[in-house]
Amino acid sequence: MTGEIGQLALCLALALACVQAAAGLWGLKDERAAGVASGAALGMFVFVALSFGALVVGFVTSDFSIADVANNSHTLKPLIYKITGVWGNHEGSMLLWVLVLSVYGAGIAFLKRGGLRLTSAALGVQGLLAVAFILFILLTSNPFARLDPMPFEGLGLNPLLQDPGLAFHPPTLYTGYVGLSATFAYAAAALLTGDVDRAWARAARPFMLIAWIALTLGIAGGSWWAYYDLGWGGFWFWDPVENASLMPWLVATALLHSALATERTGAFRTWTLLLSIMAFSLSLIGTFLVRSGVITSVHAFASDPKRGVFILLILSVAILGALALFAWRAPKLESGTAFEPTSRETTLLVNNIFLVTALGVVFVGTIYPIILSAFGTRLSVGAPYFQLFFAPIFIALMIVLPFGPRLAWRRGDLLAAFRTLLPALGVAAVAGVIVLAAASPRTLVGAGAFAVAGWVIGASAVDLVARVRARTFAIAGFAAVLAHAGLGITLMGVAGTNLWRSEALEVLAPGETMTVGRYTLRFDGVKGVAGPNYQAAHADIDILKDGAVTGHLAPERRMYPAEGQETVQTAIRTTGLEDLYVALGDDRGQGRWTLRAYVNPLAPLIWLGAGVMALGGLASLWGRVRAMFFAQDKEPAALAPEAV
Amino acid sequence: MTPKKRRRLAFAISLLVAGAGAAALVVYALQDNVLYFYSPSDVAAKHIAPGVAFRIGGLVEKNSVRHGKGAAISFMVTDGRTRVPVAYAGVLPALFREGQGVVAMGAMDGAGTFDASEILAKHDERYMPPEVVDALKRSGRWKEGK
Repeated sequence: MTGEIGQLALCLALALACVQAAAGLWGLKDERAAGVASGAALGMFVFVALSFGALVVGFVTSDFSIADVANNSHTLKPLIYKITGVWGNHEGSMLLWVLVLSVYGAGIAFLKRGGLRLTSAALGVQGLLAVAFILFILLTSNPFARLDPMPFEGLGLNPLLQDPGLAFHPPTLYTGYVGLSATFAYAAAALLTGDVDRAWARAARPFMLIAWIALTLGIAGGSWWAYYDLGWGGFWFWDPVENASLMPWLVATALLHSALATERTGAFRTWTLLLSIMAFSLSLIGTFLVRSGVITSVHAFASDPKRGVFILLILSVAILGALALFAWRAPKLESGTAFEPTSRETTLLVNNIFLVTALGVVFVGTIYPIILSAFGTRLSVGAPYFQLFFAPIFIALMIVLPFGPRLAWRRGDLLAAFRTLLPALGVAAVAGVIVLAAASPRTLVGAGAFAVAGWVIGASAVDLVARVRARTFAIAGFAAVLAHAGLGITLMGVAGTNLWRSEALEVLAPGETMTVGRYTLRFDGVKGVAGPNYQAAHADIDILKDGAVTGHLAPERRMYPAEGQETVQTAIRTTGLEDLYVALGDDRGQGRWTLRAYVNPLAPLIWLGAGVMALGGLASLWGRVRAMFFAQDKEPAALAPEAV
Repeated sequence: MTPKKRRRLAFAISLLVAGAGAAALVVYALQDNVLYFYSPSDVAAKHIAPGVAFRIGGLVEKNSVRHGKGAAISFMVTDGRTRVPVAYAGVLPALFREGQGVVAMGAMDGAGTFDASEILAKHDERYMPPEVVDALKRSGRWKEGK
């Protein structure tokens, strides 16, 4: 029964999406249609949520008459993985995609930012996207398809996904990916209405911020998951799937900065529009890469070529359509406001050039093997290629970064800005010298990285002090302070892990020890342990210091008989500044096992920094939310230039 | 040409030059950092220079796995026509078995042995790396529905 309810609700959502698209676009001629489009958007959200709820019920009750449940669930699976398993497969994850899309549609309809005409057109564009993706689900990936006869037991969920990470990672990442659809819809709407003024950038800003925050957290969360779940000791592998999420993030970051200028002074109007289109296009390309099966990875569930072709079709129509609209309307727009070479606009321009260049590098490295594989040459692009470009681009970006917030709009004073940044320069010098003197092995690269991190964090501190002195405590004012400091913190983590990691691999019999970094580890043997739906080889390892036991680690390898797969459960002990990381390897007979251990200095800072960056986004969002709901607050566009 | 147009032209040209330069750099860097995938027959035919990193894939030959000192291990990887000896010291993926598909990353040493730095993990018993399927198809050893 639940299957039928879900199916029916999804069909009704499709009908409402059609109404939303038609009425929304009609709203360009007649503003009264906006009300219809808004109603349809809210109704569509209700029906998609109902449909999604029905699928959740199907998974929780192990209703194996639904093929999707039978193929991806199992009665013995713990409840949390029955629920998260809803999006741990192709069909369910696409339904989640549409659910998030409908939430943003409802948000646009509810807030009506930027006036009725703009809202209506944005809803129209969002409606078109919803029609395309609901059709995709119903025609190629129906989560409610029946299975007859109904099996007694399900096939189970990929054990790698049976992890608390599945509860957070896909929903946050989708909130980011799909959130860019709202920005895209507003950009297309602005092109349709022809009013590309500061208002549209202001209207789209909250959605842009939510998408960026979620994308930042989603990527960081995914990286953390890969770190503790794969047992390889690394946090980023330049895997095509990771790159697929990094590309929209790079553009969204560029967009946040460029839209800031558009909103404040009217500069970069067409460029901001183009970035909005690009950001969501890369989300679509990411969805295609990950979901179509062109890349083999844990994320690729689909093997049906029909699906790949369908997504490719949606992607081409959306991207080419938006670019055509851009090419047609953009030349007619008013050109942007002028600014001096030393101004905040210039620093934002430099930021954008660096970020888009980084995007180009990642894009080429990700797409090149896929294109060549179509011609029969199989190859992969290694991490060194990405690092070769990515590191210098980001270092250069971060050297310029502190000047941005210190320069005024339109016309700034570079020398004065530099003078206020002298304390930051001091922090940079101290950080560099300390690292050069104290860290071993001694590396100039490491000292340079820490100097740059110190420069950026120091500049954030300078901003902070200036704000405290001026007694301006509006939370939104701390957005850039936090986001930029977060980037500096992440840089320290990345540099620390890459430059000073210790690694050891040994085959140990019970009672034998190995050393890694400053730690001595004693292997106390492996015992079999039964989990709810797996059999684990559970290793006991003592951490020794001067012969005394100071800690205990218990890495595991888990065999899931229902799925016929094995996973690695790493053991990580962190001091907050350093991770001791142990993974259990393979059985070499007579009680001997291979053990892989790493000491990753500063690794926790990688994710801490990302969290601080996201906090910066939240601070900025808070300013907008206040302005939206408390009439006496004005949106920051009307505030003094130094408030970001 | 008005000064504004001239400025725009200069801007467009410099953008084009910068773009072309960046593209050339990227392609140059790509060539040094791609890992080709070869089957054992490819390795025999191509005489790949020692030290050049690539990936090799095929089946782990039956009765060829030898454990050495510590974590060292050696085995033969075959596509049914040609076999290449592989040496490796490290953690083996859970589903590493004789007669099963394998993909290894590394380079040839001077003596004709593939020195593997990584044996790629395989997450699923039912799953065969697509590269290996390809290699086996080319050597005629792949049976559909296997």
